[in-house]
Amino acid sequence: MAINVKLPRPFRRMTQGQTEIVLEGQTIRELLDDLEEKHPGIQAKIFSENNELRRFINVYVNNEDIRFLNGLQTAVKETDKISIISAIAGG
Amino acid sequence: MEFTTHLVCRECGKKYPLEPLTVCEDCFGPLELDYDYERIRHSLTKKILKSRPQTMWRYKEFLPLKGEPRVGKDVGFTPLIHASRLGETLGLKNLYLKNDAVNFPTLSFKDRVVSVSISKAIEFGFTVVGCASTGNLANAVAAQAAASGLESYIFIPEDLEAAKIMASAVYRPHLIKVKNNYDAVNRLCSEIADEKGWAIVNVNLRPYYAEGSKTMGYEILEQLGFRVPDNVIIPMAGGSLLNKIKKSFDEFETMEWIDTHKTRFFGAQATGCAPISTAFKKNSSEIQPVKPQTIAKSLAIGNPADGHYAVQTIRNSGGRADDVSDREIVDAIKLLAVTEGIFTETAGGVTIGVLKKMVEEKEIRPDELTVACITGQGLKTIEALSERDYPIPVIEADYDQFEALLH
Repeated sequence: MAINVKLPRPFRRMTQGQTEIVLEGQTIRELLDDLEEKHPGIQAKIFSENNELRRFINVYVNNEDIRFLNGLQTAVKETDKISIISAIAGG
Repeated sequence: MEFTTHLVCRECGKKYPLEPLTVCEDCFGPLELDYDYERIRHSLTKKILKSRPQTMWRYKEFLPLKGEPRVGKDVGFTPLIHASRLGETLGLKNLYLKNDAVNFPTLSFKDRVVSVSISKAIEFGFTVVGCASTGNLANAVAAQAAASGLESYIFIPEDLEAAKIMASAVYRPHLIKVKNNYDAVNRLCSEIADEKGWAIVNVNLRPYYAEGSKTMGYEILEQLGFRVPDNVIIPMAGGSLLNKIKKSFDEFETMEWIDTHKTRFFGAQATGCAPISTAFKKNSSEIQPVKPQTIAKSLAIGNPADGHYAVQTIRNSGGRADDVSDREIVDAIKLLAVTEGIFTETAGGVTIGVLKKMVEEKEIRPDELTVACITGQGLKTIEALSERDYPIPVIEADYDQFEALLH
């Protein structure tokens, strides 16, 4: 399943300036695995040693943080709006 | 003259030039400002400090501007009050309140971070500024953008208190209500900062913005005559203020203006939005985000950006993070009003509520020098109080009716 994913500005250096990318997968983890296929090395930056997303990387499905859903196992479908946000600041 | 040297990643230590950057490109960790303290030591003495006007800019060497401030020149140096009546009620002999409820111009500690970040935005050449806000920051950005003639875009959750909305709208910013909570507003602003060439002060100017909070700590130390408090109680939303007050103490220690400090930092949250307090109690520093449900809307950040570091600061200092219910927040607002004549907003109720709890649990002892940070103004969250609690008699302009009231 091909899904459009919005990338944050700090990622764009690794994706040759692409602001969005079409990725294949049934879950967030599969999408991120496909991102690694397309842009090798990116997972080393966004995953910690224990293979979890680093705390500075936030993934949203239809504006909901995946930590309120099923984490990396959250299922996705073609019509979902998916965005990755690096380092939520604010406050 | 600028004493900042570079930005440095808090996680991996990689250094970056002084540009509008917030995130490390290697590990995505947050960037923090570093200074040449040796040079500051050579050019700034306590004597020079004391000769300067009583504003936050007397500490300008520790702030990240190249030149003089462009806006907010009169911000800061709010009163530090010896709270003897509140202290007596709680059983504390050395209690002080740092009162940013009367900060200039918009009555909260956010005036500090905004005068730094808008001045920096002007130095960088931005012409549009903005923020994601739970209210106080919105007021401060709207006011100081107006004062500097900059266009501003301000994003707030739809359900904020009426006074916080009007006290932004009056300055005629582009004020936008978002049908969601602060965390969603924040995420939206991250995307906006990525796409537009604007200075969203607490997003893409964050390293510079956050430094302004240090001035609250410098003022506490100077107003105490450079004595170091044993305990400081600080409200936590994103957790940044607590970390920055700690940094300010460390910096004055580097300057050898205070003794080595062993201050214990206490972080206060509302039980309805307590991700940092919860992590502390679980003995973890990983923050699990929450969906906020509290009257303390100014602290209602479910995914706190600096929560991880706040937990570490608190734990390393021997302090504690704790939280109080909405009921306790209102009781604390009332207690502060009747003992000290200070009307604070819900965030101040959180601070005083947790202070009371810490005294009751004997974490804070009667003789210790304790400072509680009051960060905002009660007039902005009047909804927290109920008129039912304050039955007010109404009479004709008639002396007999007045006499009758007294009996």
